[in-house]
Amino acid sequence: MIGIVGYGAHVPRRRIKVEEISKVWGTDADSYKSGLVLEEKSVPSSDEDTISISVEAARNALKRAGIDPQKIGAIYVGSESHPYAVKPSGTVVADAIGATPEVHCADFEFACKAGSEAMFVTMALVKSGWMEYALAIGADTSQGKPGDALEYTASAGGAAFIMGGKNVLAEIEHTYSFMTDTPDFWRREYQFYPEHAGRFTGEPAYFKHVLGAANGIMERAGMKPQDFTFAVFHQPNGKFPLRAGKMLGFSRSQMETGLLCPIIGNTYSGSSPLGLTAILDIAKPGDRILMVSYGSGSGSDGFIWKVTERIREAQDRAPKTREMIAKGKIQVDYGTYAKYRGKIKTG
Amino acid sequence: MITPAEYVREIPAHHRLEAGRCKKCRKIYYPARQVCPECQAREFEPLSLPREGKIVTFTVIRVAPSQFSDQAPYAMGIVEVQPGVRLLTQVVDCDLDKIEIGMPVSLEFRKIQEDGEKGVLAYGVKAVPR
Repeated sequence: MIGIVGYGAHVPRRRIKVEEISKVWGTDADSYKSGLVLEEKSVPSSDEDTISISVEAARNALKRAGIDPQKIGAIYVGSESHPYAVKPSGTVVADAIGATPEVHCADFEFACKAGSEAMFVTMALVKSGWMEYALAIGADTSQGKPGDALEYTASAGGAAFIMGGKNVLAEIEHTYSFMTDTPDFWRREYQFYPEHAGRFTGEPAYFKHVLGAANGIMERAGMKPQDFTFAVFHQPNGKFPLRAGKMLGFSRSQMETGLLCPIIGNTYSGSSPLGLTAILDIAKPGDRILMVSYGSGSGSDGFIWKVTERIREAQDRAPKTREMIAKGKIQVDYGTYAKYRGKIKTG
Repeated sequence: MITPAEYVREIPAHHRLEAGRCKKCRKIYYPARQVCPECQAREFEPLSLPREGKIVTFTVIRVAPSQFSDQAPYAMGIVEVQPGVRLLTQVVDCDLDKIEIGMPVSLEFRKIQEDGEKGVLAYGVKAVPR
């Protein structure tokens, strides 16, 4: 049995409300809140980045896995905001959790899908028998151009998963990927902020790939929405995943547990992986979970997980995602947010 | 400024909170030392410190060195993680007026320094309210 043996999350404590961003740009906060299904988003402090978030999430995953970090054979960090242009994030994580030197590291990129890429590859490495355990991380400190629609959602957070073949808390039953060349969102080299194709990011991009992956994996597995206790989709805002789920035939109650965007925004590579951690926090043995990521450019990875008995002993070993999100929140104003996010240039 | 050589030397202490315990008198030092000031022994064993502790004392820096000026005002505190084992660290993610001696904290992995816009990024721990 191959699957998740440990999982962990990390979300920065700072938040900025939609109203605070609207106040600066003269927009109607209520229409953004209802249109995006979003109240506030997480904001990383100036000392938090993809590496620090990854380390904290990985440590929580290790607590739940209860394994020797020296047995981890690979560490892959998926992000579109790696702190270095050239130098891996994964080596810092590996040294910080005590997994060096006999470990394979790589940084993955695929817009918001980089985290699920890492999950896919680590599972394959464990399944092949090349290594006992492998660590996959999806984390981001995403940026939106000041005044752009993305600024209301682009946030920070990450999730980590240790894959293995023993003491699995959620078994992987099926995977399926759906990709096409679709330029709906991108960032060219040396550019600080990403560009996007406005409404084109919807039907031909997000919905085409999310629905393609979800329908494809359910068809291959011979399953239908009613076979799942929970479903989690990539969350660029709060509205898209609910609409995609409804189109597929999922009920709101199946999607609510993993829907974190309304309270923390779009954590990009951390998005559906973080939603999965919130589901695992309350899941029961036998529950089946559909997870579908989405990365612009474009593609979706689909996963069907089946929760095992071991979930009961693992859940309380590390902070639960929704409790972490609710605890110790610090509201910031737009000026503080702009300073932390490097939006104010001093030289 | 932090050099790559200094960065690598400090990985055990900064990234993993590794201390050194004197094999002769069992005293624990963070960061680890070459010679024990108590018994002059030179053999130590590494051990990882707990990531939770209490603030022993603290101060608020209002006029900061240039590389930290964008963070001012900020708090520096001495955190005791187990009896007799203390470390100096920044105290973050809390209202400076609410920091108290005895306050329980966790030590979170954070970026602790960056060498301008082109240099290496240094990581370590900072104390956050528990």
